Amino acid sequence: MTDVAAARSDRSVGKRLAARGFDGTTLLVLPGLVAIIALFIYPFLFGLYDSLRPKAGEWYANYAAFFSDPFQRDTIWATLLLALPATIVNLAFAVPIAFRVRLMRRQKLLTTILVLPITLGTVLVADGLLNFLGPRGWFNRVLMLIDVIHTPLRLTNNYWGVFASLVITGFPFAFLLTLSYVSGIDPAIEQAAATLGARARQRFTHIFMPLLVPGLAVTFCLSFVQAFAVFPSAILLGAPAGPTRVISIAAYHAAFELYDHSLGAAIAMIMAAVQLIVVVAVLGARALFYRGSASGTKG
Amino acid sequence: MIRDQGIGSRLWRFAIWAIVGLFVLNLVGVIASVIVDSFATRWLGTWLPAGWTVSWYADAWSQFQLGDVVQVTFEIAFCVVVISALLGVTTAYALARRDFAGKRLVILIFLLPLLVPPLTYGIPLATLLYQIGLGSTFWGVVLVNLVPSVPFVVLVMIPFIEQIDPRIEAAARVFGARTPSLFGRILLPLLIPGILSALLLVLVRTLAMFELTFLVSGPSTQTLVVALYYSVFASGVRAAQSIDAMAVVYMVTTLIWLVLALQFVSPTQIVARARPQN
Repeated sequence: MTDVAAARSDRSVGKRLAARGFDGTTLLVLPGLVAIIALFIYPFLFGLYDSLRPKAGEWYANYAAFFSDPFQRDTIWATLLLALPATIVNLAFAVPIAFRVRLMRRQKLLTTILVLPITLGTVLVADGLLNFLGPRGWFNRVLMLIDVIHTPLRLTNNYWGVFASLVITGFPFAFLLTLSYVSGIDPAIEQAAATLGARARQRFTHIFMPLLVPGLAVTFCLSFVQAFAVFPSAILLGAPAGPTRVISIAAYHAAFELYDHSLGAAIAMIMAAVQLIVVVAVLGARALFYRGSASGTKG
Repeated sequence: MIRDQGIGSRLWRFAIWAIVGLFVLNLVGVIASVIVDSFATRWLGTWLPAGWTVSWYADAWSQFQLGDVVQVTFEIAFCVVVISALLGVTTAYALARRDFAGKRLVILIFLLPLLVPPLTYGIPLATLLYQIGLGSTFWGVVLVNLVPSVPFVVLVMIPFIEQIDPRIEAAARVFGARTPSLFGRILLPLLIPGILSALLLVLVRTLAMFELTFLVSGPSTQTLVVALYYSVFASGVRAAQSIDAMAVVYMVTTLIWLVLALQFVSPTQIVARARPQN
């Protein structure tokens, strides 16, 4: 007994740490970790602290000002009104299309085309949509050519322009994420179901859907959060003083045009809180569904 | 592969491909309208412009000082790529090789900047940088761009390093390799494909990163995409073709690197890498 105890105390601190996974190699994590804590975690906490130190009034004055002014408060609804329908539309199209593309042999051309708008970003898409959807753009001309409409639709500098930009960048994002989830489901599972006589619709609702729900919940959250932070296209393609005055415009305006960084930080915190509420709600709903392996063998 | 041949599923299949076709057509239309307009002499109310010219490129190059802007853009992107490679690869190595208490928390910390949209954390971050005097400076722009880049490199590199057998390193140690030569002659050659693809994607993302650069950059530290935003924002001041010529310059500088990156990774991975890998 005493020998064992002596041996234990003999072991150096370094060795004991190494047994728990801390040694020289573990320290390599530090440079990157310090950088992210300094540039991401700390600024976020600083923003929270800054938002509670308003220019004048009580500690909650910024939040009170935001929620009591309808012009500011309504930006939350304006943003939700853009982000939720756009996310739902993107996901509703992404799922069936991903199921079809999964069977395609040469996916790379399609996926490469679809990755273009994500890579090029919203500013370029906004510039292109201003031409394309404008009253004399190709979109309206084609619709007039096939006699769907007789006068050009007004699709820029309003809600629909921003919505179009959210679909053009958001759909490929949702689609590629869904595709990676769908491809992760073992085809043997579907074949087993088909062998047992399940029709296409049954295979989808009873086999794929339950396996896909966790992935779809994550895809929904990521797509929604991106759409909720819409900024350049809401200014360039929308009506930034009217129906598309989204919450990020309000935050930017407060922080860098009114030079009230405390109020700007407060609006950024409200923005983060709304995103968090929606994400928690979606992930909470996900817990109601099946969770388990999507691979066929030894599952 | 299972295919139903009923009329209903044929119609369904046709509808799906029709929607894909329509989407791609619109997407190509959006991009093509920028390219066509940049070569147009005059384009008002017709299907195609009245005539073709390349003079808008020279016009845009001198009016928007694109030479300077492109130079600054690549200087910033180069610094971001080098720093995020150094920080990201070392961190990823530690996370791939060691299991320690709090590792999940560390991974979560690296995941968050990729999941939270830039504008949400960008406003407090930019405020902070302006307060310590780094606002609108070159290094300020580099620092903000590190926030999404370092975690991106970390998360791309972790599975890459995990697949390298630790026994290779052990064998090198047995034969007397010291840490520098172990890294330089064993690990680096094995990791080069992964590092290269991660860095190319960081380069593409930095060139296209609008929100963070926009919040921090000043007049002399604008990247191409921010300069493009300002010119579209003030459209009417300059000819639309001139702005579109600049947009094409931006597109070309970004897409070159994307095409290179796609030699190493599939497009699905560009998006899907950002999700948790447990």
